[in-house]
Amino acid sequence: MLKINNLHAQIEDKKILNGINLNIKAGEVHAIMGPNGSGKSTLASVIAGKEDYEITKGEMLFNDDSIDELSAEERAHKGIFMSFQYPIEIPGVTITNFIKTAINETRKARGEKDMPAGQMLKLLREKCSMLGIDRKFLSRSINDGFSGGEKKRNEIFQMAMLEPTLSILDETDSGLDIDALKIVASGVNKLKKKDNAVVIITHYQRLLDYIIPDYVHILFDGKIVKSGKKDLAVELEKRGYDWIKEEINN
Amino acid sequence: MIDLKEKLLSSFIAFENQTNIDSYVHEVRSEAIKQFESIGFPDKKLENWKYTSLKNLLNTDYTVLPEINNVLEFKNIKKYLIDDIDSYKVIFVDGKYCSHLSETTHEGMDICILSAALTQSKYELIIENYFNKIALKDGITSLNTAFSNEGVFIHIPKNKFVEKPIQIIHFSTGNESSLMFQPRNMIVVDENSQVQIIERHQSLSKNKVFTNSVTEIYADKKSIIDYYKIQNDNLQASLIDNTYVNQQRNSSFSMHTFSFGNELVRNNLNISQNDEFIETTIKGITIIGDNQHVDHNTLIQHNKPNCNSHQDYKGIYDNKSTGVFNGQIVVNKQAQKTNAFQSNNNILLSNKATINAKPQLEIYADDVKCSHGCTVGQLDKNALFYLKSRGIPEKEATALLMYGFANNILKSVKIPEIKTRITNIIANKLGVKIGFNL
Repeated sequence: MLKINNLHAQIEDKKILNGINLNIKAGEVHAIMGPNGSGKSTLASVIAGKEDYEITKGEMLFNDDSIDELSAEERAHKGIFMSFQYPIEIPGVTITNFIKTAINETRKARGEKDMPAGQMLKLLREKCSMLGIDRKFLSRSINDGFSGGEKKRNEIFQMAMLEPTLSILDETDSGLDIDALKIVASGVNKLKKKDNAVVIITHYQRLLDYIIPDYVHILFDGKIVKSGKKDLAVELEKRGYDWIKEEINN
Repeated sequence: MIDLKEKLLSSFIAFENQTNIDSYVHEVRSEAIKQFESIGFPDKKLENWKYTSLKNLLNTDYTVLPEINNVLEFKNIKKYLIDDIDSYKVIFVDGKYCSHLSETTHEGMDICILSAALTQSKYELIIENYFNKIALKDGITSLNTAFSNEGVFIHIPKNKFVEKPIQIIHFSTGNESSLMFQPRNMIVVDENSQVQIIERHQSLSKNKVFTNSVTEIYADKKSIIDYYKIQNDNLQASLIDNTYVNQQRNSSFSMHTFSFGNELVRNNLNISQNDEFIETTIKGITIIGDNQHVDHNTLIQHNKPNCNSHQDYKGIYDNKSTGVFNGQIVVNKQAQKTNAFQSNNNILLSNKATINAKPQLEIYADDVKCSHGCTVGQLDKNALFYLKSRGIPEKEATALLMYGFANNILKSVKIPEIKTRITNIIANKLGVKIGFNL
């Protein structure tokens, strides 16, 4: 589904990604872990199409097509979704208005007609109840005055509504208490299907207790330095990141 | 080419010949033309006109006393009306009252035209009591006063709740030449009465139009007046709107001004609170581009204790457009326990767009709550990326952010059809087909 080959990226003159290789197939859950400043969030933003970053080498293929030159919205139309580490507050735009526009613009780009209002309403209700969200939430402005937990839940709600094929969850667990974490994780698990994939970007492994990854990658200095299975995350949690650094330096 | 001021002065005699010279109004007009002769049009040397130049506007050979008799049908004007509500309509075409498109009344109140009120004896008293009493004697207002003859006359007597809003629309057709209009409106709302008014000026041709409008509004005790101005005229039309409001005890007045169109708009909104427990709300959304210019010049005078005022203007400026916000609030010594809030937020979408914001609070009382805030910024890039990452294209995402920035102004609009109309105009203006309302 997503194939990243030797990806180098920088912001202004600062090199952040230094040759990422990653192969994500449908039905898989990948976790990308790493210390602060290792490039995790940059990787997520570069996949989602944030224009501040410049790709200097390598390529990203999504279902065999290069997405390097596509705008953020075009990537979204192809089914790429990023849950933001710090979701943006947008006063004055309601969640319903936002989601409705996002769904219909995506359908338009795919040559489909607008979703009928009745169907939209049904879908909104369905996903709200799936994530235990009060429907009053829909008429609030996007993330405006939301608690940390509400913001993250709103991200997963958008993911549920947009049904992406590739979801990148950037530090979705940060700022969540254990109850909120469980709700978010169970939402992600419910959305998991054979034909979609999830990338979890996280500093800690606690989210991985609830969303079990098929693969765990360790990102360090803009490179994936180690890949393994779920037990790699457990080891990291026990030993911290220092032993990885030592291993690389040796 | 003859100077516009000279042309107006020499046209005054011809204008006066058509009207009754024995009336009180004749004296008022004669005074006013002298006043205009000595002051003339405002220029940038005046502090309040520093950022708005009328030079280009005055450099046109207008027909100042248009004698056009173009007939409009309902189908020509339907789209400019808010036609999904039952309303009174006072429609003018090229400065003349158009009865077949209008719906006026004299049943228990007067919703009609000024020319009738100025000439019929039963209105003599009200005209003498209210006509030209609060309008300023500055050059531009005096010019209108000198040529005042036609416009809306509204008198709502005591204890009357006017159920239908009143729509006032001035159309211009001007197929032959550039036109100048001086509409004059007078609105008197007596004790404990309530009315909603929607005003619009619309040119239906590509010719230059210069409208210099004056409206006097008297809000008596406990009255409630909600006024909406939709300024979405074509880019050849310019408007100077002078509105004067006199508020009495326990009255409530609101003005929402929506400015999207026109080459140049200048809103002089002048409100005087003359007793206690008065509420004043003035709000505006301005979204312009090209070489458009919109200037909001407002004055709220708090003269007595225990009154409130809320002011909130939002502006979005693209291309080479310029905006002016000159918001003056004066709290006089007597006006203790005043609450006065002012907010003005602006977004510049282009490097060449300009906003001149000048909040002015003059407070002479010592026990008041006043605040003002003014911001100038750009669209938040991170917010734009957020929306785009959900599949919303750049243009639509920008529109959504702009709408989100401005739409809290719509919350205090009491007529839902106006909100719908304004959001449609905004979507149109921003060139998107997305619906903002849900």
